[in-house]
Amino acid sequence: MSRLTRKFKAWFRTAFIHRPLITHRIKDGDERLFVERKQECPACHKHLSPDELESSLFVCPGCDHHFRLTPWERIKYTADGGVFHEFCADIESFNPLDFPEYEQKLTTSKKKTGLNEAIVTGICRVEGQEVVLGIMAFQFMGGSMGSAVGEKVTRALLLGMEKKMPVIIFTASGGARMQEGILSLMQMAKTSAAASVLEEHKIPFFIVLTDPTSGGVTASYAMLGDVILAEPSALVGFAGRRVIEGTIKQKLPENFQLSEFQQEKGFVDAIVQRKDLRKTLAFLVKTHMNVKKVWR
Amino acid sequence: MTEKEIIKRLTELRSLAQKHKLDISEEIKQLEAKLVNGNSSQDATWKKVELARHNDRPTTLDYIDIIFDDFLELHGDRSFSDDPAMIGGIALLNDKPVTIIGQQKGRNLKENVMRNSGMALPDGYRKALRLVRQAEKYGRPVISFVDTQGAYPGVSAEERGIGEAIARNLKEFFSVRVPIVVIIIGQGGSGGALGIGIGDYVIMLENAIYSVISPEGCASILLRDASKAKYAASIMKLTARDLLRFEIIDTIISEPTGGAHQNPEVTAAKIKLELVKVLNKLISRPQEQLVKNRYEKYRRMGVFIEKNAKKKSGFLKRFLRKE
Ligand SMILES: [Zn+2]
Repeated sequence: MSRLTRKFKAWFRTAFIHRPLITHRIKDGDERLFVERKQECPACHKHLSPDELESSLFVCPGCDHHFRLTPWERIKYTADGGVFHEFCADIESFNPLDFPEYEQKLTTSKKKTGLNEAIVTGICRVEGQEVVLGIMAFQFMGGSMGSAVGEKVTRALLLGMEKKMPVIIFTASGGARMQEGILSLMQMAKTSAAASVLEEHKIPFFIVLTDPTSGGVTASYAMLGDVILAEPSALVGFAGRRVIEGTIKQKLPENFQLSEFQQEKGFVDAIVQRKDLRKTLAFLVKTHMNVKKVWR
Repeated sequence: MTEKEIIKRLTELRSLAQKHKLDISEEIKQLEAKLVNGNSSQDATWKKVELARHNDRPTTLDYIDIIFDDFLELHGDRSFSDDPAMIGGIALLNDKPVTIIGQQKGRNLKENVMRNSGMALPDGYRKALRLVRQAEKYGRPVISFVDTQGAYPGVSAEERGIGEAIARNLKEFFSVRVPIVVIIIGQGGSGGALGIGIGDYVIMLENAIYSVISPEGCASILLRDASKAKYAASIMKLTARDLLRFEIIDTIISEPTGGAHQNPEVTAAKIKLELVKVLNKLISRPQEQLVKNRYEKYRRMGVFIEKNAKKKSGFLKRFLRKE
């Protein structure tokens, strides 16, 4: 057994847990709270009950507004039977810079979301095909990437290489976790290095950009998928809107940095409705894995 | 108490509080106040920030002039444009061919406008990658000069995919089969710096800074007070010495008293000496080894807790010992 395989085994031995699927009702960005309180969509103001919203996969039937999801909801809609084997669940952040209030923020986020970090990674099946799946949680400190998130993304990619499984990552992030200073910046390098290894081994890597994806995540693995999908009207960009407005001293158009804008400019392969994501991902896996064998 | 002692005590208190779930926030607050008010180290850090941004600080082209013979600048990304904020080309280092890439700030007001203050567009990052691949093709080592406050945060940069351009460079630099030496000469600003900052050996000048966000940005976003930039700089750990401690860079080159601009020739001579030394070492490495080592260097970066892991990662152990 190679050293690498042994290492992967160790991660599983220590962290392979099958979690019951619970829907955390996170009052995220207050959008869903808004629906609960006012019984209407915050975007189009049509009548909308929380139950109705949930049964439509958290997409407004009136205006197609895609509400943000928690990782566990995303898993429910992506994994066969909602079965998901999480790994590296024990990886957590540390405060290497002794940055003021960082520990408190982590504690609050953990309590609020029931998550350990801003990403959940694991293995599941999508229409029968095994994949490594990573889902970022914007609810956890704005989905920011520190050492823990960087490590989990890296290990997800390396696991895909080791197990020869495609890797799918749903991104949602405000960028680097500034409380970890330069170490957070280096996670861009680390995750991209892993993406480079994946490419060398010809393991498919798919990205689904969800609202919002920006900063250091956009400038690393989020733009490195073989195929890059996006949900409708998700904010996707590098620099923040306000920063750009400050630079050019004028207002930006409404659609600036939305996924439709990114597709028009050539950086997104396809915009996919939430209800179609699962079957689109299954199609991608099928068209990327064992192609030569099928044609022989 | 010196600053070091205060930090040490703070660390102890914080871990104690976490371990035993004690509420000692009052004590921590008092110690932190001491840190904020005890200004000497803050001043020292801020001095470096000012030096790194100094108008007279030697730029990439200034160093190229002194260090190399016969530099030929090569322009354009072969796709959209030539970005004057990012320069590149071929030169001779002691009569041996090398490829150079680097951000270029203007040396006067007019040039600075033309160079967009060294804030590169996607075109610049794509030009850099083109030149790096060309260097690889002909076996020339790459020397990358980093000096930028960041990638250009503008509409054109977003339209042409600044995120994609940086991401692609990060990925591609890991498969380049010639040595890459990075030297941070002034400002290492965030993803814009890292976009040409992946290398086998990373050198930093004594008064250069390297950070995930500017102190001003950190102050306004995290401390919600833009006027606290000086304090932000001191807690962000952005000096060369901090980065060496975190094993992000490999060595520091000292500067003349008062900063590099007081004597560019001396600074350049020191850089040249280091470049020659490290390139001679790297060039003798087999290509597979070079690429593997580069990967492993960055694979190790980051500090996190793995609760169920039997032993702490090597870096975390070393890091905790240093504290
Ligand atoms: Zn609606």
